[in-house]
Order: sequence, then C-alpha cells, then structure tokens
Amino acid sequence: MSLDAYPKVSDWITVEDSQFLVHTGKVDIGQRISTALLRIVQEELALPLSFVDIAPVRTGTAPDEGITSGSNSIEQSGRAVASAAATLRKHLMDAAVAQHGGMLADWSLLDGYIQRGGTNLRIALTEIARDLPPDLRVDPSLPRHIGSSAPTAAMRGIAEMVEGRFTFLHDLDLPGMWHARRVSPPHARAKLREIEQTAIERVTAKRLRIVRDGSFLAVAGPREWDVVKAATTLGLACSWDVGDGFPETDVFAQLVPENAQRFPVIKGTPQKAPVPDPVPAPDLSARFERPYQMHGALAPSAALAEWTGDRLILKSHSQGIYPLRQAIADSLDLPLEQIEITHVPGSGCYGHNGADDAAYEAALIAVALPDTPILLKWTREDEHAWEPYAPAMAVQVDATLSDGRITTLSAEAFSDTHRGRPRPGPNRAGPAKLLANRFHEYAMDPYVAPPNMGTHGGMHRNLDPIYDFPETRLVKNLVQGLPHRTSAMRCLGAVANIFALESLMDEAADSAGVEPITFRRRQLSDTRAIAVLDELERRLPSPGEGVGRGIAYAQYKNAMTRVGIAVDLTVTDAAAVVLERVTLVADAGRVIDPDGLTAQLEGGVMQAASWALYEEVTWDRDGITSRDWDSYPVIRFDNVPAFDITLLDAPQSPSVGAGEASPGPTVAAIANAIFHCTGLRLRRMPFTPDALTRAALAT
Amino acid sequence: MGARHALSLRLTINGTRHDITSDPDTPLVYVLRDELKMKGTKLGCGLEQCGACAVLVDGKVVLSCVTPVEVFDGQAITTIEGIADTEVGQRVQQAFVKETAAQCGYCTSGLVIAATALLSEDAAPDEETTKTALTPHLCRCGSHPRVLKAIKEAAST
Repeated sequence: MSLDAYPKVSDWITVEDSQFLVHTGKVDIGQRISTALLRIVQEELALPLSFVDIAPVRTGTAPDEGITSGSNSIEQSGRAVASAAATLRKHLMDAAVAQHGGMLADWSLLDGYIQRGGTNLRIALTEIARDLPPDLRVDPSLPRHIGSSAPTAAMRGIAEMVEGRFTFLHDLDLPGMWHARRVSPPHARAKLREIEQTAIERVTAKRLRIVRDGSFLAVAGPREWDVVKAATTLGLACSWDVGDGFPETDVFAQLVPENAQRFPVIKGTPQKAPVPDPVPAPDLSARFERPYQMHGALAPSAALAEWTGDRLILKSHSQGIYPLRQAIADSLDLPLEQIEITHVPGSGCYGHNGADDAAYEAALIAVALPDTPILLKWTREDEHAWEPYAPAMAVQVDATLSDGRITTLSAEAFSDTHRGRPRPGPNRAGPAKLLANRFHEYAMDPYVAPPNMGTHGGMHRNLDPIYDFPETRLVKNLVQGLPHRTSAMRCLGAVANIFALESLMDEAADSAGVEPITFRRRQLSDTRAIAVLDELERRLPSPGEGVGRGIAYAQYKNAMTRVGIAVDLTVTDAAAVVLERVTLVADAGRVIDPDGLTAQLEGGVMQAASWALYEEVTWDRDGITSRDWDSYPVIRFDNVPAFDITLLDAPQSPSVGAGEASPGPTVAAIANAIFHCTGLRLRRMPFTPDALTRAALAT
Repeated sequence: MGARHALSLRLTINGTRHDITSDPDTPLVYVLRDELKMKGTKLGCGLEQCGACAVLVDGKVVLSCVTPVEVFDGQAITTIEGIADTEVGQRVQQAFVKETAAQCGYCTSGLVIAATALLSEDAAPDEETTKTALTPHLCRCGSHPRVLKAIKEAAST
C-alpha cells in the first residue's frame, strides 16, 4: 500500500511558502482525484482552499503509486493523504500547546489558523508546520476529523477550462519547441520498405527533419501545419511490405474453450486447477459478446520530450509515470536517473490509451534531434487505429432455476489480455508493450501477457456473481494471438460480465414471473445492496407509454461502489434506441465530494451507453477501418437521457472508488430495457439499428 | 482557395486586428494556436467531426480545424478567450462553473462557444433545440447532462 512505501508525513504533505502542498502519485484524468485529495486535507485541517494545493506529479518527487487505475485512487492515495493530514493535525495541536501553553481542548483549527479559545492568540498552521520534524511518521491509527465547515471546493481547474486557460499537454509551447507527427504504417504487421526520394527532398527542403528507425517514421519542424502536411506527403511516398495483411477473422468464433488457457475462478480468483464439468441441462443458456472497443480520447495522445545529451525530460499524460519511466529507460538503455517524467493532463483517457506509446515516440524523436523540445501529437487516425483496444469478449452463462431463484450459475469469460500497460517484467516486458519497439530495425515481437491471476483482475472482474446462488461454476478463458493489441479500458472485464449476468437475471426473472428488482433482492443478503434496490424502487416513476424499462445491479469488483440502475428508453421506427431516463442509486461508502461522485456515475452511464449503442472497432485485411468519428460513431448530445442520481451516504464506511461502478450495470440495463420495449433480447454489443433489425428478422 | 496571397492576411480576433504570416492554406486552428499562441481553441480531430475547435465567425459557430485561414480574411472571429466580452458568454461560463459542466475539460471550449451562439440566437431554447445545437460536439467523459443543465441555467438567468 501507498503508506508502506512512503511512511513520512512529508511524503504526502509539505509546506511551501504559505501553503500546504499535497503530494500524490495519482493523476487527474478528469475523475477529480485532486479535488477529492484537496477536500480531504481541507476537512482534516479546516483549511480554506487558498491554503492548500496539489504538487505536480513528477518522477523523483511524487510518491510512486504505480498506475492511476481500477478506481483505486481514493482508497490508496486518499487513505494515505488522510492519515498524513490527521497526523499533521495532532502534531500541530501538540506544538501549539507546547509553545503557547493551555490544554489541548483550549485550541481549535479554523480557516488555516490555530487559535486559543478566549484569547486573541491565532497562528497560521503553515507557520507551526514548518517547525515540525521532517521525518515525522504517519500514524494511520489516528481518528479522522471530517465534516468540518470547509465549503465544498469547486472542481479544480473548472474556471480555467471554461475560459480556455487550462493547460493541456497539447497546449505546451516551449521556446525553440518543434512539433512532430508520426507517419504510420497501414497496419501493425506492415514493414517500411522505402520512401520516394523526391518526397524526402521536398520535406527536407522546407527545413523539416525526418526521423526513421526501421519502420518507425516521424517528421518534425518548427511550425505545426508544415509538419502535418509533411507527414501526409511522406505517408503517400512510403512503400510498405504489408505481408499477408491483417487477419480478417471472426474474433467471436475464436473466443472458444479450444483456443483458451482455462482457469476455474473461486472467490474472484483464478486457480491453476482443472475446470469443473459444465452444468448439465441448464434452464437458461446464453452467450453475450462485446466487440473490440476503443478508449477514443477526445484529444489524440501527445507527449513533449527533450534530450539534452544526458537527460531526457518528458511530459506525458500517462496514468503511470514511474512504470513508463522504467520502460523507456529499458528501451533506450538509459539509467533511470537520466529520465524525468512529469504528468501534464491530456483529455480523459478511460484507461490505457496511446499516452505511453506517444511518450516513448516523442523520446525517440527527441534523441534524434537533441536540445530541441519535441511536442509529438498523434492524429485522430493514429489514435483510432493504434491505441490499445479493450479486448473483444464473450461470456457464456448457463443457469438452473428452481422456485423463482437461480440455483446454479455457470459463467465462462473469454478474451485476450486486458493488461498491456508498459509495466516492467521478465523478458523486457516493459519495452515490449511500447508500440514503437515493434517498428525498430531490430523490432521486438508483440508482447504475450501471462494470465492475470489476481482477484477480480482482468477479464474475470465481476465474473463472480454478487448474488447468493447455491452453486457457481466460473471459468476464465484467456485466448491469445488475436488480431489487435489490447489493454486496460475502464472496468476491464466487468462490462461484459455484468452485461451477461444482469441480462440473465432479467431473463430468469421474466421466466419466473417475478419483478426484476424483487427477483434480485431475494437473492441478495448484503443489506447495503438491498437498501440500494429499495431506494431505486422508491424513486422509479411509472414508465410512460411505449417506454421499456431495464433494471440492473452490481457492486464493482464485488467490493467497491454498489449501483442499482433503471434505464427507460424507447425504440424508433428506424430501430434506433432513444434513452429517456436514468434512475441510479449508489452507495460508495463515506462521500467526500458528492458532486464529483455524481459526475463520475453520470459519466460512466454516458460512456457505457455509447459502448452499448454505438461503438465497435472494425478492420479488414488492409488495416483498421474505424479511423475517425464517422466510421467509429459514439454517443452525442442527441441521445442524452434525463438523470436522477441518489447517493446513499454511509459515513461510517470507508470511501470506495466509483469511476467504474456504473458502466457495467448501464449496459445490462439498456439491453434489458430494449427487451422490455421490443421483446428482442440483444446479446452482442453494440445495439445498433442494424442489430435490432437483424434480431427482429431472426424471431 | 488555393491562390497564394502576396499580401498578408488580416483577421480580427476578439476585437483585435492581427496580421497573419502563416501560409494561406493553414487551417484557422493552427494559426490561432501556433502563430498567435491562443491555446484555448482545441485541436481534437482535424476532420470537423468533434467540435473541440469551434470558434464564432460573425456570431455563427464555425469549426476551425479544416478551413484555410485565407477564407476568414477580414472576418471577425471570437474565440474562447474573447467569449466573456459578451454578457451571454459570461452567463454561459458562469453556468458551466456552477454546474461543473466538465470533467477533463477538453471539449469545454467548443461547448461554451456553441452554447453562447445558441443563446445569442434564442434566449430560451427548448431542450431539443439545445441538443441539436450541441450534437456536432463530442464529449467522451459523459458530462452531457451537466452541460445541458448549465445551458438551461444560463438561459434562465
């Protein structure tokens, strides 16, 4: 955990000038972790916002907290910062008593000062804090002081965002900086043969520089538009050895037990053990599928790099600057100390997108053009065609029913890895996961991930049902060698697993003739889950004419935020799904930033609705064909439902992450609502008009 | 389009005149960001598909990532940096802050531009009109419900 590696108060909170500075290894990716961390310190020390800020997240100075992922930030960084603040509070109070007398009870904290009741003695907290011993250790056992009068902070950066003053990585502009673009191969199996000499001459005549290493090709220059045009010129002038092309395989036909490494999953954890026999004669049996989908960041990935001859200085929107530094150091054979990476925000990423690859590529260009800061931006097409996708996934569920309950559930998940981040590991695992290392003259082979055996890791996240089924049979099926590079995207396997389980619950409730909320409640013993469903039921308005309503429930990783959701929708004559209303109830433990929590839940619903209704990566033998927002449509403002979100605050329970809690149940609730609207049970995402029409014709 | 100008281009941006030295075929967004160092207008797709690069030209929403700067010669352009010069623009910005109508914020410039244009035309648009006006703009974080709320808020104040 974060505190074990960084046990000192000063690892987390320092005093700079007249402000407390909060140090974290977790980065803001639109999920408002920095706002939540500031709020924790504000509450604990009764500080106004002007007394506290977040330090830049930079290798060498920030705590190494690995990757910002898995909705873990509030539990890891949040807990560490809270304990550090509580320790600081105790020592500040003790110091005031020691220096100025009185009893502890005489002193109180207000507005950044400590004051002694009945006197006008008032001292700035930062002043006392400066004199505390620098090696003070965090005491995690101290009680927390919460619910102070500190007003809820506005989201960090919101004013700058609406005024266009918020600095994204893409906006950095250093003196002498050059822009860069890559020239991408048609697909991941193509090799660069040659570039027409005339094109090279045209580009270099404009005093632009071409950087090539094997099939890695980029162009850089002082003016961005010149670079964009040069990249197009070069792209048209390249001849590629395309080999056999991209495999035009039906990926779902490959997601079968014969192709898989198989592991039974017990209590959320895969086992190296024989897979138990299938359920004989199930009452319900169905397979649910999700295609490859992309993170599709609004801003294509970017990075800024400068090589000074002995130092590589990088700015990146990676979610894990320490693992990235290691992977780049291993790739370039540089000592770690020669590389510094600072996190600078990009747009929302929703997992492992092109950020790390772009950082390494910017470094390659910078090393070729020393002493020049290089701002590399991927194009829209680069991001769509080259980011690591969420793997295609299939989930086979079989169940037996008795007396209006599920008595046996078998669930088998199939997919490629969800683990493609450039973490270090044996066989140069870090470098193997950086895209450009596949294109060097001495290219590395694509990385083959070992099975993720962690609890609720990878594809088996939320495979384990949260319900009290008497018997379960859960299997993880890792299928490798599929067409596309894949990695972590928001929720990992939980989306497909919850889609499958909650669709099955709906089918089972229907066949048992029981209301879907009642059917679920009967098979739950967790009182907080039942409270969520009770509240959901209370809040539901009667659905309008022609409206289909779908229900779903899930607890992320069976341990984090509980979400009950109802989606109301209609279907047009053209078979398009129109989202009407979302009613959502969540229990995320103690709520720190209610507005931020609601925003995460809403955002999760919108993104999942986009996955459910629109998104699918497509390709043919010549490469990826979903290369822009027309060929890879996503949800837009014309399909935004009304929202009713309720947070059940549980002040005595730990705060748990919520960024990934709502997507899984949203997909299932939409599928269930389509069924209740049309009688069509859709089992493969996305539920496009074509898919609805095909389902209707098949009945 | 395509013809090379011997004379420099001149744009009026947020009320200030600028002589432009970029090549006339340069899309407006690169002129704003790269030549004039006005980074508030965002480059999202370069394909006029996502709305991140929206600016106002004579009060209308225009996506700036494809059309060459020479097309805008002599026209009055408002970017996010100048949106607070109008009372409507200020109200939109305040409402976005009040409703926290952003997550990562990359789509926000374009949405504030689009909302300002909408409310300048129609002081109290119904929800369908608002949704239609915003449909050229993508948000990937899912801040849509808050953006709609903010525009409603701005319309009612």
